[in-house]
Amino acid sequence: MSYFLQQLINGLALGAIYGLIAIGYTMVYGIIGMINFAHGEIYMIGAFVSLITFLVLGLVGISYIPLALTIVLISAVGFTSFYGWTVERIAYRPLRGSFRLAPLISAIGMSIFLQNYVQLLQGARVKTLPPVIQGGFQLMETNGFVVQVSYLQLMIVGVTVALMAGFTVMIAATPLGRAQRACEQDMTMAALLGINVDRTISTTFVIGAALAAVAGMMVTMYYGVIDFFIGFLAGMKAFTAAVLGGIGSLPGAMLGGLLIGLIEAFWSGYFSSAYKDVAVFGILILVLILRPSGLLGRPEIEKV
Amino acid sequence: MKVAALAKESAFAAFVALILAIPLVGFDTVEANGGIGIESRMSWVGIAVLAVFLGRIAIGLLPRRAPSLVLPGTGFLSRHIRVLGICGIVVAVALPFLPGSSRYLVDLATTVLIYIMLGWGLNVVVGLAGLLNLGYVAFYAVGAYAFALSAQYFHLGFWQALPISGALAACVGILLGFPILRLRGDYLAIVTLGFGEITRIILLNWGTVTGGPNGINDIPRPTFFGLPLAANAPGGGQTFAQFFGIPYNAGQRIIFLYFVILVLALGTNYVTVRLRRLPIGRAWEALREDEIACRALGINPTNVKLSAFAIGALLAGFAGAFFATRQGFISPESFSFQESATVLAIVVLGGTGSQLGVVIAAIVLVTLPEFGRELVQFRMLLFGAAMIAIMVWRPRGIMALRTPSVRLSSS
Repeated sequence: MSYFLQQLINGLALGAIYGLIAIGYTMVYGIIGMINFAHGEIYMIGAFVSLITFLVLGLVGISYIPLALTIVLISAVGFTSFYGWTVERIAYRPLRGSFRLAPLISAIGMSIFLQNYVQLLQGARVKTLPPVIQGGFQLMETNGFVVQVSYLQLMIVGVTVALMAGFTVMIAATPLGRAQRACEQDMTMAALLGINVDRTISTTFVIGAALAAVAGMMVTMYYGVIDFFIGFLAGMKAFTAAVLGGIGSLPGAMLGGLLIGLIEAFWSGYFSSAYKDVAVFGILILVLILRPSGLLGRPEIEKV
Repeated sequence: MKVAALAKESAFAAFVALILAIPLVGFDTVEANGGIGIESRMSWVGIAVLAVFLGRIAIGLLPRRAPSLVLPGTGFLSRHIRVLGICGIVVAVALPFLPGSSRYLVDLATTVLIYIMLGWGLNVVVGLAGLLNLGYVAFYAVGAYAFALSAQYFHLGFWQALPISGALAACVGILLGFPILRLRGDYLAIVTLGFGEITRIILLNWGTVTGGPNGINDIPRPTFFGLPLAANAPGGGQTFAQFFGIPYNAGQRIIFLYFVILVLALGTNYVTVRLRRLPIGRAWEALREDEIACRALGINPTNVKLSAFAIGALLAGFAGAFFATRQGFISPESFSFQESATVLAIVVLGGTGSQLGVVIAAIVLVTLPEFGRELVQFRMLLFGAAMIAIMVWRPRGIMALRTPSVRLSSS
């Protein structure tokens, strides 16, 4: 029981991270109907920017943790959003209206480019960050097995919930959210009604990148090890989460992320951790066979 | 573009580059006495910003071609494609016997031919049927391991195992393709991407069968109608050299392997070119252009896509079996995503659907690292950048050679 509880806690923290990345996939898919393959790489860049900012702060000598965290958050979100914006501007915007495979291939090119860009600049070795926040609450103890919620896990879940709340309000009640929903329904009509479609799409990419940056920062602190390749698997899992929840649906992305996190935690807790990625991938295929529209998504209607 | 506008654009690009470069270019994480340290290298940022500024100006100064209306298949290369193809085949056949030829050159040409074969195989899937397969290397791996394992456990030779490898890869392709081909193409891309990675993970972890990270050793070499190309034949039989009464030298095997892959690759080309003219091939191309119209015409999209997917996998399986026999040793390391990306880059840069484009792209991309070992680390970076650039500027590839399937006879 206590082991189960511990895995549940770990899974929730992991799932929150996947959920944040999954939102980026689902939002872009909702508006322009493409899978942003480079999104995993954006998350990886977010992790690297946070790592570098942590190290720079250490060099400057800022050791008051709340201040350091705030600076890292701002820096990671700011720089990574810029990367998200640039990726859209260079690789996707010129291709609007091109043939169907073009944005996909260009996105893969971007993903390969960013991976190797970071590898060349920062080296291929695994980077280790010493733990920033340590300790946690001890929930219960049975037979010498301690169930613990670390402060970091609490922070991850807390930040994710806060971001989700803010995000929901943004989509529902701000002019930007309205513009996004309009573009999602009919881009031409939205443009005719005076919505700047290009800017709305750019903003969507920026928001997705910002959320991925937050996820990247949390992962850097949670695991303490990152390398240039983390975006690949995390991107796969977040995409699976987005599909599981129903691609295009925001609550779906969060739900899917949580489920994937839980599945991964329980799988590595009870079965073998070598095959945990295989398990996640198996879920992707099963969902696609049995319920392609996902848990909360609407079935896709293809129009001529 | 006006000078002022260009200057403004370039300054903006430089500003964006500055912000992008500060965290990742400006700082370097270094190993420092057991922990991690950081060093600043702001001069690099300056160089990057300057490069982007000048690059943006250069792009702005490029003459803008007016979009000219050139019908596909009427360019010089397309009209003489048959002559070019025959010339290419003659050169390829004569290559090992040319005066300047060496073992190294033939070996390199063998590698190029493996990639050409993979490129042609993937071209059926991506170029003709328009299905983006990012895990193509998985089928290549299935073919290679199918041969290696059947040689290890059932003592099959290369030629006996070749059809098995191909068939197994095709079966895996059908099994994987069946659930996902009913869905939008984007799903296929990411599922195949995952499948490629999963195949590698399984090969790596299933140590009792696949040998795990150590791979499989001592894979048998192909024989020439039962005659081994070795110094001594096992079991007292004749070797190739003894049978023909010529002195043995180690180069014979390399040349033989070269001809095996040449035959396999040309066979691939022949089959795909012929298939393209069959109803099934036309259905592939029609489906790529408009799925709804196809469905209205009574084409079953799933079956048609599945056939393209399976044929692509079959060809990759053949190539994989050849790879295993040529190396004599395989391990999961040879089947990383990087390989899939390389093959995809060959197809995309060559021009999706163009047979000759694939050949040229494969020659360029495979021989590129031979010109300078320091190019290797930039190779994937350049692939990625080239894929974006091609999509933005020439979505049909460098060699936009797509011949129309049907030609008007009056011209």
